[in-house]
Amino acid sequence: MPLQGKPVKRPAKQSLLASTYLPSILKGMWITLRHIFRPKVTMQYPEEKWTLPDNYRGLPVLVRDQDERVKCVACFLCQYVCPPKAIHIQAREIETGVEKGPEVFDINMLRCIMCGYCEEVCPEQAIFLSKEYSTVGLSREAMIFPKEKLLQMGGIRPDPIKKWERQIGKPQAEGGLRPRVESVG
Amino acid sequence: MTEERHDLEQWVMTTRLADYVAWGRKNSLWPMPMGLACCAIELMAMVASRYDVSRFGAEALRFSPRQADLMVVAGTVTKKMAPAVRRIFEQMPEPKWVIAMGACASSGGMFRSYSVTQGVDEIIPVDVYVPGCPPRPEALIEGIMQVQRLVDQRAREGRQSKAGDRAQPAGVRG
Repeated sequence: MPLQGKPVKRPAKQSLLASTYLPSILKGMWITLRHIFRPKVTMQYPEEKWTLPDNYRGLPVLVRDQDERVKCVACFLCQYVCPPKAIHIQAREIETGVEKGPEVFDINMLRCIMCGYCEEVCPEQAIFLSKEYSTVGLSREAMIFPKEKLLQMGGIRPDPIKKWERQIGKPQAEGGLRPRVESVG
Repeated sequence: MTEERHDLEQWVMTTRLADYVAWGRKNSLWPMPMGLACCAIELMAMVASRYDVSRFGAEALRFSPRQADLMVVAGTVTKKMAPAVRRIFEQMPEPKWVIAMGACASSGGMFRSYSVTQGVDEIIPVDVYVPGCPPRPEALIEGIMQVQRLVDQRAREGRQSKAGDRAQPAGVRG
């Protein structure tokens, strides 16, 4: 028995108007015309910028406290937790002897994935993820940010606990020993 | 003889040609989307209507390297993919530029692995690095604006591109 196929229904022959394609073209142009009068969605980026939410995670930065001390005590927790190992720290003693401080604190921004683990793990609240999201670099060396640059980007975040005043003993207002502000960083 | 040349210089602006070439080049960058991972999604977002990179003349993404002059390496370059990336880069006509987009393409990112190239600049010369994981479309637009500045600068200097300057890539770096 020969193979029997189901007969296919062919479309009717195009009308003369449809064969000119003019109705289809006009229909398409009508959609384009309607879009002209819709609200514009394009953000004119370099002039107009996005308002970032407070929990946005941009480039990590270091901060100073209200007395302009470097808050980082070089405990190496962020270096340890960092998934891409973007942070490199060298510790040193600082003058007061109370705490350590970072001699070198480099973050390789090309390695950094802005996961926020460093901010989460930091016991001194010394490292934060900023809202900086549009930095570009021309070389790998330029994208390894040293401590000075990170501190400058971070600015000042007050330390409500006033850890230094407690550790030195007396509050500064009563003429207590004021720990030396770090000379280097 | 010198007098005549001075007269001619009043009417013929020979030095302006470089400026004209620079203007043309920087405002018609045709990117080659080397989308290898999630960064390619942000690359597509940059081309779409909200960020709209056609404002910078770079909206013509060409999937043929012969028609492109800016390679955007967006994503993890595995060792297996590296020869293909290199070959596509070599197929692009001069002058050409490269943006390493995101942590993986720039330095390997979190993939400190035997199977991943630690930065695409091990195999091809990179002009602009865009950090982020993935970078926002704005960051990539910043990268394209930086490439435009480089194009301008290099065309004015009469040079071609970084690829022409050094035949060999920078080599393995930490």
